[in-house]
Order: sequence, then structure tokens, then C-alpha cells
Amino acid sequence: MKMRRCVYINDDNLAQDLYCDNRISNRKYTIWNFLPKNLWEQFSRLMNQYFLLIACLQLWPLITPVNPVSTWGPLIFIFAVSATKEACDDYNRYISDKKANEKEVWIVRQGIKKLIQAQDIKVGNIVWLRENDEAPCDLVLLGTADPLGTCYVETAALDGETDLKTRVIPSACMGMDFELLHKIKGVIECPSPDKDIRRCDANMRLFPPFIDNDVCPLTIKNTILQSCYLRNTEWACGVAVYTGNETKLGMSRGVPEPKLTAVDAMIDRLTGAIFVFQIVVVIVLGIAGNVWKDTEARQQWYVQYPTEGPWYELLVIPLRFELLCSIMIPISIKVSLDLVKSLYAKFIDWDDKMVDLETGTRSHATNTAISEDLGQVEYILTDKTGTLTENKMVFRRCCISGSCYGNETGDALTDEKMLNAVSSGSPDVMQFLKVMAICNTVIPVKSSSGAISYKAQSQDEEALVRAAAQLLMVFENKSGNIVDINFNSSLIQYEVLDILEFTSDRKRMSIVLKDCQSGKILLMSKGADESILPYARAGQQIRTFAEAVEQYAQLGLRTLCLAWRELGDDEYQEWASMFNEANSTLVDREWRVAEVCQRLEHGFDILGVAAIEDRLQDGVPETIETLRKAGINFWMLTGDKQSTAIQIALSCNFVSPEPKGQLLIINGKTEDEVCRNLERVLLTMRIADAEPKDIAFVVDGWALEIALKHYSKAFTELAVLSRTAICCRVTPSQKAQLVELLKSCDYRTLAIGDGGNDVRMIQQADIGVGISGREGLQAARAADYSIGKFRFLKRLILVHGRYSYNRTAFLSQYSFYKSLLICFIQIFFSFISGISGTSLFNSVSLMAYNVFYTSVPVLVHVLDKDLGEKTVMQHPQILFYCQAGRLLNPSTFAGWFGRSLFHAIVVFGITIHSYALEKSEMEEVSMVALSGCIWLQAFVVAIETNSFTVLQHLAIWGNLVAFYVINWIVSALPSSGMYTIMFRLCRQPSYWCTIIVIVAAGMGPVLALKYFRYTYRSSKINSLQQAERLGGPILSLGNIEPQLRPLEKDLSPLSLLQPRNRNSVCEPLLSESPSATRRSVGTGAPFDFFQSQSRLSSIYSRNSKDN
Amino acid sequence: MSSGDGVSQSSSKKSKKPRYSRFTQQELPACKPILTPGLVISTFIFIGITFIPIGLSSLSASDAVVEIVHRYDEVCISSNANDDEAAHFARIGYIQDDRTNKTCTRTLNVPKKMKQPIFVYYQLDDFYQNHRRYVKSRSDEQYKSPENEQKTKTCEPEAFNDDRKPIVPCGLVAWSLFNDTYTISINGNTIPINKKDIAWRSDRTHKFGSNVYPKNFQTRGLIGGAKLNESIPLSEQEDLLVWMRTAALPNFRKLYGRIETDLEANDKITVVIQNNYNTYSFDGKKNLVISTTTWIGGKNDFLGKIYITVGGICLFLAIAFILVYLLKPRPLGDPAYLSWNKDPASY
Repeated sequence: MKMRRCVYINDDNLAQDLYCDNRISNRKYTIWNFLPKNLWEQFSRLMNQYFLLIACLQLWPLITPVNPVSTWGPLIFIFAVSATKEACDDYNRYISDKKANEKEVWIVRQGIKKLIQAQDIKVGNIVWLRENDEAPCDLVLLGTADPLGTCYVETAALDGETDLKTRVIPSACMGMDFELLHKIKGVIECPSPDKDIRRCDANMRLFPPFIDNDVCPLTIKNTILQSCYLRNTEWACGVAVYTGNETKLGMSRGVPEPKLTAVDAMIDRLTGAIFVFQIVVVIVLGIAGNVWKDTEARQQWYVQYPTEGPWYELLVIPLRFELLCSIMIPISIKVSLDLVKSLYAKFIDWDDKMVDLETGTRSHATNTAISEDLGQVEYILTDKTGTLTENKMVFRRCCISGSCYGNETGDALTDEKMLNAVSSGSPDVMQFLKVMAICNTVIPVKSSSGAISYKAQSQDEEALVRAAAQLLMVFENKSGNIVDINFNSSLIQYEVLDILEFTSDRKRMSIVLKDCQSGKILLMSKGADESILPYARAGQQIRTFAEAVEQYAQLGLRTLCLAWRELGDDEYQEWASMFNEANSTLVDREWRVAEVCQRLEHGFDILGVAAIEDRLQDGVPETIETLRKAGINFWMLTGDKQSTAIQIALSCNFVSPEPKGQLLIINGKTEDEVCRNLERVLLTMRIADAEPKDIAFVVDGWALEIALKHYSKAFTELAVLSRTAICCRVTPSQKAQLVELLKSCDYRTLAIGDGGNDVRMIQQADIGVGISGREGLQAARAADYSIGKFRFLKRLILVHGRYSYNRTAFLSQYSFYKSLLICFIQIFFSFISGISGTSLFNSVSLMAYNVFYTSVPVLVHVLDKDLGEKTVMQHPQILFYCQAGRLLNPSTFAGWFGRSLFHAIVVFGITIHSYALEKSEMEEVSMVALSGCIWLQAFVVAIETNSFTVLQHLAIWGNLVAFYVINWIVSALPSSGMYTIMFRLCRQPSYWCTIIVIVAAGMGPVLALKYFRYTYRSSKINSLQQAERLGGPILSLGNIEPQLRPLEKDLSPLSLLQPRNRNSVCEPLLSESPSATRRSVGTGAPFDFFQSQSRLSSIYSRNSKDN
Repeated sequence: MSSGDGVSQSSSKKSKKPRYSRFTQQELPACKPILTPGLVISTFIFIGITFIPIGLSSLSASDAVVEIVHRYDEVCISSNANDDEAAHFARIGYIQDDRTNKTCTRTLNVPKKMKQPIFVYYQLDDFYQNHRRYVKSRSDEQYKSPENEQKTKTCEPEAFNDDRKPIVPCGLVAWSLFNDTYTISINGNTIPINKKDIAWRSDRTHKFGSNVYPKNFQTRGLIGGAKLNESIPLSEQEDLLVWMRTAALPNFRKLYGRIETDLEANDKITVVIQNNYNTYSFDGKKNLVISTTTWIGGKNDFLGKIYITVGGICLFLAIAFILVYLLKPRPLGDPAYLSWNKDPASY
């Protein structure tokens, strides 16, 4: 049972302390707990704990090989950076909170209107809003300036929808005047705070002296939620029911789980492996060190080992090695990765080729940490409407009582026949147009020039109203409950009695009207065919409509059936009281309301079918084809009907048409049926696996539910086998379930959608991409990436994702390489220093090596491009290397490990032999070895760089110069340990000879091996690189401009293709070959496009019961 | 090169977009070298033909160095013990005994003419100056200035003498200062060994103070190495300064002094050695080295050898690659290698 709260309107004594005040706090920290809390959070990460442990151990002078500063410095720096970032974010939140909290609002207290700060609002206070004010908390409306008690709100901040929504005052408050509103007393019973912004099931009862003290139901329509703006209404007042962080907005705020990319997971695993290796080294060297100490060192009188050591003596040497080897796990890797990741995100934000020129929307990476995953996507789950299509609805055809309009011209609005019917006033057509114009929740807004514009929540409704207006049935005005329709300049008025709203389960909406002239009560409905046609009055032929629906669906059009019926007065009255009752229940209201609606919505007089076109977005077929070539599997998840979904799928290259492609359909309403279907499809899949055939399965929501519940194993196998799937009639939660299913099979999933119904899927997927489309910004807000058009996905994945993956793969492995290099040298040195844990390098060098010398060149690697963008787009198959993780896996890592071992041997071996005997001064040897490392790493970065820009040259070679400059500066300081060392070395010819031979001996084999693999065992990337660079003139700095030209050529065929593809949506692709399709699937199920109505209706009824 | 007609696009863009730049569009002009056979083979040939001459010249430079190495730790001790262990202890007993005369006279032959300056080194083998306990036991601050006399914290176990007075210079390194001495003469004429300026100038001027005098040095029961003249400041105790430059390797040479006269070939040098320093307890070796020097330093043919080896390998690789290139030519960027169907895994 849900908890409830009772709000006493206008009562300051009660509920004073029961509920929190209206102080909004989005802050994570306060001034006092910032440091401990932030530190605690940072230290809850394993890697940070490791670094802290190391840093603490270094405070023990007996074991620390170097000055503790060399670890504490970077550690504090890293912590300071992330703490500062957090603090800045938190401060900004604090500032915006403060602004919201200190905003002045008018409230009524003890019957007097007062101006107070928003944070002092208490539950039960009456808050007054003026036009364009923002609601400071969740309010239940009590009164508005409008005599009929309506007002308009903009909910953009809440759900991203920019259209205006109507809100009405509860019926109990109807007709109250200004004075009365100051004194109103009553109680509102409402559920405990939750985050459902679409529902508010509450009741209100006013206290005497108000006459109407029955329980009055409240819905979301009677509320103004926090952060909504009051529009087009002079004033409104309401009682605060939820305040502060308990508002709907406050509750739905939450920190989403940070997503971890596959690359991050791999890096973590490699880090773990290195850690184990480090422990092994420490144990082995620790034991060896203790043995050496007891056998040899006791004889080394000059070391003066005491015969009796303290109890921890055995631990000292292993701990020293632990500290020496601690840099194996580079402290810089986290900073570097964070830095480059935010740069990848910036590149996406900056990309001019991903700007939607129509609306000027840029692509945006909300989540800056997961760009690499884009390059490893294996499954794309896409919504249909608004994602593949434009979601720009245009009324195209209709079928009214047996005659179809618009079949010839493709546009019913210009169809001669239709115009004739309108001018002759055919009653069927008239009624059809009326339903089109009235049966909706559209708000007409008259501008000063007299032009009417429509504000609609649903694109379909807007299309219908517009079309009706073009056919002279103009929806002119809506004031309160009165609707004005202007037909041929004669005014028709209706009073709206009830609106039976659209829900995705009912799949229809109805409106109950009273004709103002005749007083007749009418019910008008519109909805999906399967939720209208089965409820036709007895005796009406629905065949023609069903056929029309089928025909339109095959053209890829969305269909809506329009129906009406007259209601008797008694019938309506009886029903209205039930409806009221259902509306005032607190528990399962939605289901109860649906049930009550069902009682009215039957016996329809079907008027006709309206078909609405939703065009494919530009470049969708090409994008899907390219990405499918790149080895990405596509699943389409749509709430639309099967035939429309298949049609869209065909027209956008989702599945190949016959005979190359094959569609396997899974449906059925019982477990047995689904099971049989599933097994059959699986069998076909397994057989067809060898054939180069394009097989897709189609499943509808009902079968999917059964399959997921009872045959999840078989379905999972199917999911793995199938490259393409079309899931129609799926609910938002099923979308999320499918994502979860693919994720559980260890696939990288990307979900792309544009509407509120995609939010769950987007949040569930490894990568969520939102299209900032017409259905509001809800999806784009929840997503990790938001793009303007579907076609940008190609570039997002192939260019940004791929480059990010390649760059991070190099960067992370390189980070380990350079740290291992220095560690191996330390380990080798310990063998000639009596395994006592002496550090060859001094503190300054060690710190600068990790933080500065080696991290700058590699950071510039974010500009590296192994292949040109054009080449990648032409050969999307190359993405396979990223998907399969070919560039970062244990075996490539082993290569880097081996390289660092080899380089350590080269540097150490050559250094100690050429700087032997009289030259073996500690500081000098150390600097020679360090210089060797720096030179080698510069060349390693150079040899691994595919494209050198000025910045790369600057970073790689400039870093080398900087190394010398820095060391000269340090060598010039008399207080430093390495005073004069670098000057001495640079004057010695043997120093330069040593460095050159280290570079040659270190890089020679690397170069030879790379060349051999590049030429004789070349990967596809190498082949493409060769083709790319040998095919045209090798680019120099000068001839960039001419190089751009072929590119435009490359783009232009794309734009030429667009009109054809657009049309293809409307062309009946399958109509020519249904028989062929049937034949090919002959072994399996009949290719059942034409589903029986009875089955659908039974599905529906079960569906609704289930809810 | 990256794609894009950003320049033409930017003009039509709305003002809210950031200004087009090649950096933000990742379109910075770049050169993309690829590993063509020509490039790689010529690199290896170039390395080969430059390294071998360098190697040869440094070998010849190393050869030109005349070097006399004489190990004297074993010969300067009379051992009549039968077994190794007894000999070991006999030697330790000998070296630790203050009263015995440790003078030892050796005669060395000059193989070739040695031009001045001739450097005299002592070489210790298996002496771990890089041992952690040893290398850390010093206090550079104390050596620099008399105010820091008390800063001996890092010098344990040679920080204070038995009266808890700070030792100057403190630490194991200073305490174990090498104390063998050499006197060289040819045919009875003593050849002076110049011990001036054998330490680094920076050590004399900056690292060790000219007003820091040895104090309480070698006054504890256990005597390590040499004693220091307490009237000479540290900065002028050049033997100490040389010793304090710890070696990174267990076998090392340290400069003892310079002979500033030429030595003729076949000269017989008589060296009188005061064999004081104890290397017997850890079986270390002591050598006297008299050597000239060239541009690469003392005698060390490692650089020459490694240059010739690396050069040779590079030439070999170059030849091998040429042969493979000729015998099994493979055109670069051949689209035939690009057929995606060959790789079923790509689906």
C-alpha cells in the first residue's frame, strides 16, 4: 500500500514540520563535508586506494626509494583536479539553487497575500503565479484568471516538450472568486512523493462553508509542477502539495549510474594483471634481497648491517621493491584518459559535419567518458518514428465509407474527388472531417493577424487538424469546454463533456461532446485499427476499412481509424458517474479508467481511415547500409504495427528485399504457438547460417513477452544468430528488456531514439543516442549523445567512435609501456646494487618522467588518424578491428609488455657497459639511462603515429628538447642533487654515442618487425593505409585545398539519391512479390502480413486486462 | 587527408557555431608517412653505413688508450694458510691489525709510451657503493655549511660518535673512505702524483663547504677507512670528494691522481702500496690502474663493439629485406588484400 499525505489547504499550524520546506538543494556537498565526502568518494575507487597506500608507504623513510613528493605531488594534483571540478559543479548548483530559493513569490498566509522567498513556501500554502512565472513547487490548481478555470503551462523544463498544455482547476473550485480563494480551506489527499510526472492521483475535499464538499478527484491535469511556466493566462493560484526536493522534478532528479566502457573494463583488467605481476616481482625480489642481505651484506662491513634487526626487518626489502615497482601502474593514466576523453567529446560537439542545418542543432556529447564504446558497437537498437523517419506528419490519403481518396495523386487534399465531396457537403465526409477537427487535444492559437496556429502534443493530431482546416473544416477556437468549428464560414459549436485520453495500451482516444444546437451527446473516437474496428456497431461492414488499412500500411503510411456514435442521455449520465469515480481512485487509476472507457467505446459507427505519411529522414538507407557493412547489427523496436514496420524496414535497407532477404515472423498469442514459431525460426536460422542470406526475424510485442518470459534461452539464441530483427508493438519497458538481453550476451549495444518512450532503452544501453527531434528533448536529455539527424550516426560511430577507440587503445597501452620501461630498469639495477632496493633514478626525474616527459607527446596522439575519414566511410568494414577489440587486448598488451622489457634491456645494458668503471658515477649513469628512455619513447610515439600534424611534431620533438632544457635548468641549481650533471654529460661525446646506439638498437628491431608485418602480414588497416596514401599524391602541407574536391563529389551522389529513397517509402515494394515471399518461407511459417482481426482484438483485450 | 568542405560550409553557418578551425574539425594538415620498402631499407642501410665507421673509430680510440691494470689485494698479503676459509680469516686478521706493516712494493711494466696526463685510479670490484643502506647514509646539507652540523639524521649509523657529538662528515660513505696510498717511482726517481683537482669543480665549490672542518671523524671503536686532517676543510679533501661521488656499479674506478710526465715504453714502474683498505672480508678486489685517455674516455671497447654490431645487424636486415622484396614482391595497397569476404569473422 502506498503511503499518502494529507495536505491541509491554507492551514499554517498543521503540516508545519511534517513535510520539508521548499528549499531546493541539488548540492552534493556542504562547505563542511566537502573535503571528507569528496575524498571518501575518490578513495572508494580501487586505483586511488592503491595510490594512497603507495603514497603512505613512502612516508616511511626507511623504505622509500625516492622523495615522497614524487608520489604525493601527482596524487595531490590529481585529487585536486577532480575535487576542483566537483567543487565547481557543486558551486554552480548551489548558485542556481540559491537563485531559485530566493526568488520572490506571492503566497497567502492567514488570509493575507504576502511576498516571500520561494524557499519559505510550506506544504498547504496557496501560491499565486502571474503570467510567465515559474512554478516554485508542485501545486494543485485552485483558481485561474480564466472564468472556466483553465490555464496553459509550458513543461519544457520537465519533459522537454515545448508545446503548451492545458491545465484546469478541479471541479470543486469552479466559480470561486478572488476573495474566496484567500480563505479556502480543505484537505488534499495525495500519494507520497514520487517521480512520475505523468500521473498524480489525488483527491480533494473542501471544508465548509464551501458547499460542494464531496470528494473531488485530481489528476495531473489539475496540477502545475515545479519548473513549469504559466503561459497565456493572467494569473493562477494553487496549493503547494510537494515542496523542495520532494517535488516530482526533485524526485526524478538522480545521478545516473556512470557507464563503463569496454575499453575501461579492459584497462582495469590489464591493470589487475600488472598488479599481480608487480606482487610477484616484489615477492621474488624481496626474498632474494633478504637472502642476499643475510649471506652477502653481513660481510660488507661498510654497510654496517646490525646483527639484530627490528621485527619488521624481513618486510623492509619487499616493501622497498613494492615502492620501486609502484609506478608500474602509472598514476598519470587516469588523468590522461580523462583528458583525452573530454577532448573526444569536444570533437563531437565541434563537428561541423554533424550539424543539422535545418534547425542548427549541433551534436552534443553529454557523457564525455564513453566515446570509445562508439567504435565497438555491435548492436544498434533503433526506434522508428522520429528516428528513422522525420516525424513530420502529413495527411496523405483517406478512405471514407468505402471510397478512397488520394490514391491517384498521392495527396487526398488535392484530390478532385475529395474537393467535390467537400463542396457538395457529403454527410459522411462532413462527419469524417468533424472528427478529424475535434477529436483531439490540440489548442488553436490565434495570432494578431488572424492566422490560426495549432499547438499539439501529438504530431498525428496536428496533421489531422491541419488537413481538416484545408478542407474548410477549421478548428477555430477552444475556450474552456466550448469548441468552435468553422465550416464554410458557418459556426458550429460543441461542448466538450469528457476527454478519454490516449494511452499506449488503449491505443485510441475519445471525446464526449454535446452539440450546442441540438443538445445531442456524441462520442468521437480515433485510434489504431485494431482498437477501433473490432468495436464497430453490429452489422457494419468493416472489410473495406480493414483492406484500406492494410493497403496504406503497405505504403508505409500510419493509419488512424475514425469513428463516432451517438449517446443516449441516460447512458451518458450513468457512465459519467462511473468515470468520475474511476478518476478519483487512488489505486490503479489508469487501469480503472481504461476499464470504464471500454464501456463507452463500443458500437462505433466507423467513419473511415486516415493515412498519414511520415517520411524517412535524409540519408537513412545509406547510413543503415554503411553501418551494416561495418558489421553492426540492427534491431528496430517500434510501437507501430507489423506491416508498417516491415515496410519502413525494407525502404531503409534494414532488410534486403526478396530474394536476398528473408523475413521470419514469430507471433502467436499462446505459449505453444510462440514456442513452435520460435523453434521453427531458430531451425531456419541455423540452417541458413552458412548461406550468405539476409535473414531477419519479426516479432510482435505480445509474442515477445511470452518469448522473454518462457523461452528466454531460445530467444537469446535467436538474438545472437540474427543480424536483424524487427520488433513491433513493443512497449518502452520491452525495449529496455531487449537491450538488457543483448547486453547480457556481452554485446555492445547502442540505442537510438527520439521520444519519451525510448528513454528507458536509451538509459539501459551501453550507449544511448537521442535525436533532438520533434517529440521533445526527453530522449536527447537522457542520452549520452544527442544528434540532430539519424544519418549523423554513421559519422558518430565510424569517425568519432573509431578514432576514439584507436587513440585510447594506444594511449592506455603506451602508458603502461613507459611505466614498465622505467620499472624494469629499476629492477635490473637492483641486481647490481645488492638487491637492496636502491632507486637508480632520483625523485625529480621519476616524477617528471611520468607526469611530464612521457604524457605530453602521447596526449597529442588524440589528433592521430590512422585512416582518413573518407576511407573509413568507404570501407566501413574496417570498424571490425575496433568491434573485436583488436587494438587493445591481452595479446597486444603482451606486445607492449615485451617491447618495454626489450627496451629496458637495451637501455640498461648499453648504459652500464658504456658508463662503466671510472664513469660509473651514480647521477651520471642515472641521467644517461633516463635520456635513453626519453629518446626511445619519443621514437616509439613517432613510429606509432600514423599522421603527423604540426602539433604532433611539436609535442614529440619539442618534448625531447624540453627534457634537456628542464634538466639543464635543474642542473644549474646548486642545491639540486644533479647539479652540473647534465652539462657534464652533454659535453661528453660518449654520452651522445650511447644515446644514438640506444635509439638504434631499441628501435631497429621494432621498425623491422613493424615493416615486416606491415608489408607481408598486413592487416586491412595497413592495406587501406597503403591504398589511401599511394593512390593519390601524398599530401603535403600545400595541397590541402584541391584535396577537398573529390570529397564533394563523394557527397553529391548521396544527395542525388535522396529523392528516390524518399519516394521508395511510398512505393509498394512488397506488393509485387507477396507470393514470392510466401514461397521462400514455405518451409516455415506463412508470411503473414494480413493478420486476422479477431486475433488482434483478443490480444488487445488480454493486454488491457493484464494492465 | 580528412574529408570535408568545412570552409565552404562555414560561411552558411549560423552565428552560434564556433568559428571553423582545422583543429576543432580534426582537419589539421598532416603528413602520413607509410613504411614503404624504400624508406625502411634505406633507413637500415643508412644506420649500417654510419654506425660501422663510428664503431671502428671508437674501437681505435679505445685501443689507443694505454692502460696498466694491476690487482694487488692478493699478492700484497702473505698467506700461508692451507684452506680457503682459514686464508680468508687470516687476511681479515692481517688487514684489521693496526700494527702490521702493510707496505707492499710492486713493479709494473709500461707496455707502450704513455703521454701525460696519465691518470692513476684505484679500482674496487664487488664493492656495493650503490647499496641502498650505504648510498642513503650521507647528509649533503651538513657537508655544505657548518651551521648544519647537527643535520645527521640521514647518516645513521654513522651520525654521532660515542659521546653523542655529531660526526663531520657523517655517514657510511665518508666513514668508509678508501685509504690505500700509492707512491710511484721509476728507477728510484719518485714520480709525483698530482692530487690537486681530482674532484669535480662543482663539488669543491658548491657541494662541500670551504669552512666545514672534519670533526669527531673516525673516533668510534670501529674504524672504517681513512682519517681526515681536521685542519683542512672538506672542500679541499679531494680524496673524500671523489669517494663521495658514489658509483652506480659494484665495479668502479676512482681517480687517485695524475702523473704529469710521460712514461716511456718498457719503463719499469715501482709502486709502493700502503695496503690498508679492507676488501678481504667480502672478497672484493683491489686494482691499481694507470691509464691515458682519449675522446671517448678510458679504455672501453664496448661502444665500438655495440656500434659495429648494431650497424652490422642493420645492414643484414637491409639486405634481407631487399632480397625478400625482390624474391617475393608484394605491391602496397593492393585492393586484392582488401576483400572482406576472405575474412568471415568480419561478419
